[in-house]
Amino acid sequence: MRFLRLYLRNPAALIGLVLLFLVLFLAGSADLLFPGDPLSLAGRPLSWPLSNPRFPLGTDSSGRDIAAQIFHGARISLLIGVAATLIAILVGTVIGAVAGFYGGWTDDLLMRITEAFQTVPSFLLLLVLVAVFGSNLLTVTLAIGVVSWPAPARLTRAEFLSLRNREFVQACRTLGLRDSAIIFREILPNAMPPLIVYASVVMATAILMESALAFLSLSDPNVASWGNLIGQGRGVLRTQWYVSAIPGAAILLTVLAVSLVGQGLNDALNPRLKSR
Amino acid sequence: MSRLDPSPAADLPAPILRLDGLSVRLPRNAEREHAILDVSLALAPNEILCVVGESGSGKSMTSSAIMRLLPPGVVADHGSIVFDGRDLLKLSEAQMREVRGAQIAMVFQEPMTALNPLHTVGQQIGEMFRIHTAFGVDVIEQRVHALLDEVRMPDPQAAAGAYPHELSGGQRQRAMIAMALALEPRVLIADEPTTALDVTTQAQILRLIRDLQKRKSTSVLFITHDFGVVAEIADRVAVMQQGRLVEQGPASQVLNAPRHAYTRQLIGAVPSLTPPASRPAVPGGAVPALVVEEVSKTYRTGGFLARGARVTKALDHVSLELPKGATLGVVGESGSGKSTLARCIVRLIDPDGGRIMIDNLDLAAMSHRQVRAATQRVQMVFQDPYASLNPRRRVGELVAQGPMAHGVSRREAMAKALSLLSLVGLDPAAIDRFPHEFSGGQRQRIGLARALALDPEILIADEPVSALDVSVQAQVLGLLEDLKQRLGLSMLFVTHDLRVAAQICDVVVVMKAGKIVEAGPTAQVFTNPQAEYTRALLEAIPGREWSAHAAPEQNHHKGELT
Repeated sequence: MRFLRLYLRNPAALIGLVLLFLVLFLAGSADLLFPGDPLSLAGRPLSWPLSNPRFPLGTDSSGRDIAAQIFHGARISLLIGVAATLIAILVGTVIGAVAGFYGGWTDDLLMRITEAFQTVPSFLLLLVLVAVFGSNLLTVTLAIGVVSWPAPARLTRAEFLSLRNREFVQACRTLGLRDSAIIFREILPNAMPPLIVYASVVMATAILMESALAFLSLSDPNVASWGNLIGQGRGVLRTQWYVSAIPGAAILLTVLAVSLVGQGLNDALNPRLKSR
Repeated sequence: MSRLDPSPAADLPAPILRLDGLSVRLPRNAEREHAILDVSLALAPNEILCVVGESGSGKSMTSSAIMRLLPPGVVADHGSIVFDGRDLLKLSEAQMREVRGAQIAMVFQEPMTALNPLHTVGQQIGEMFRIHTAFGVDVIEQRVHALLDEVRMPDPQAAAGAYPHELSGGQRQRAMIAMALALEPRVLIADEPTTALDVTTQAQILRLIRDLQKRKSTSVLFITHDFGVVAEIADRVAVMQQGRLVEQGPASQVLNAPRHAYTRQLIGAVPSLTPPASRPAVPGGAVPALVVEEVSKTYRTGGFLARGARVTKALDHVSLELPKGATLGVVGESGSGKSTLARCIVRLIDPDGGRIMIDNLDLAAMSHRQVRAATQRVQMVFQDPYASLNPRRRVGELVAQGPMAHGVSRREAMAKALSLLSLVGLDPAAIDRFPHEFSGGQRQRIGLARALALDPEILIADEPVSALDVSVQAQVLGLLEDLKQRLGLSMLFVTHDLRVAAQICDVVVVMKAGKIVEAGPTAQVFTNPQAEYTRALLEAIPGREWSAHAAPEQNHHKGELT
């Protein structure tokens, strides 16, 4: 309760939460408001928004309803965002925790692997993975997760390095607790706050990465995604700019929402930093 | 308060610094409304006034208020601080900067954090002159060397060019004092300046402050929690409790004939240096509970391929015996290896060699898997009551997790936790609460309950009371003693505080630089020390003469408290 109060005290965090609920509403109501396939032909191509009451946001160059694609695309963006973040945080936490807790050669080995991932620009690596494994929804999500874990791993490791020598951890060792219990039940909960905050950053970048892939026509072409729509509008950018601008605004607002919520969580989880 | 005081300022010259009905208000959601309430104090020229109190008494807030360095949200809302005819609370920030450092200087508790690690000591002392005077570079350098010489820094020339981490704790504190005295301030505020130092270094620094004060006729406001230090250095004493001034007067009166009940309680809680005569003789003859044989631990730091590596022998062939049912004190200064020894015994640190025997089990030779099973017999109580409890777990889980790790069912472990909590004197309702809801002393009781949950035969206590206020310290020590008797434990008690050791230990070993320099029954070591180092340690205890003199009365009070 106290946490919620701290969180809601911050107006930016509140705006972020409202925006996030809006995106969730888009995703949740897509099937009710726009039943049927959003990628099917609906009417005359390239009709401007508000010119035809059937298509409040207009149609794209293939005559598909933009509003339907925006609503359905929210699902894809959120799905990829959440799933890729879970993968990245899960992999990163386990690797960072093990490296930070044991130190020594375990740490060296895991950190060299992490660095190998970090030295390659992550988007380039993503392109390679998608090129090799194909671009359906599952592989795209997995690939985004795989390129995003190094940063959470480093963060977790840093937390573990400072926590593993605390007296409460030593106390657990003298009590005879197993390493796995110490890592996951004693240290990890204390290392969670910065990770939760960082998850919002991972989610925002995951959404952006998917859009970028779609823009390059490398994401799953069989789902309605915001990135696909922007890619569609590329050819008519100078005359019918709304085709790209509408999904662009949707991406902007979603990423903004996630970032604001993350910032709000950060301030609420570290109230002392806030008062400075 | 000072107006009511029967030993008035009449026979003293006009005070140089006077607090008049000073109140400092805390932010709204704080524990109490005022950090300091209606405090009136007068610091006369050429005297050392000690402000004594436990944590939360407002003694440090008083010095921050004088320097106008209160934390944000904390304001002095009442009264005045008159220095040199001016009310400091009414000065502008620019005027206040003229006062700070030049007229009122300050020495802090932790010299490592008070000095900037990126600048040499000489640069930092020189900065005082660069800010407040128009001296040239040469003059400043001369002055810096003269100052370092004055605080009796060994090799002032080299010290001026050294970075803070290259100096020892005592040398750093000397540098801090040199910096504070650079501009010949009229008032020096020393906020627990010796608390972070070893006892022998503390004695040197106290002597230094005393000498400099005499030579320069500076007035010193000395803030401390330690009545031993007060006895060593104070001309006058002011005792604070919960933000109020409860007693002030000449040192001899406050120390030897305290008027206020709180002062009496505080002084009564200071452990006596004389080991109690009533201690039962060490049960001899029986098999010892724990035997440590020739245990060594060496640390190697830095250096590439063994070139330029620094080798520290934390433990150098240490041997000792803990008799069954006895308390063995391991005393020494920081870096003596006493904590390393304790951690080796519970295998938090792996010793390089030697044997750690309980009956016929050698703990030092076990694999980590075997140690996990054997830990039930040796348990540890940690120093820091704030860091040693996982802040995200409830007290019940903290106490029950040991037995559960060894296969006891959750229900049984929780039932045991409940009975242990009442055993260590806590309300059983504590079981569902989080550690941060408890005070330092209560947290230490939780730590003790956690250690006892595994029914150990041996308890290793690593400075278990050094982070606690003196009155709480007496209670926890009493509890340890009581439980040891009732549960038939043997205890290895690591401490830097010889007073505590004198009261609680049957046998003591004195450690220095990884070696044991003296061992024997407590009374013998304290009354007839053989090693040079032991004598130096005993000599250095602050307030030694005062407490020897006040000893009989103290034992009486101690009895009441425990």
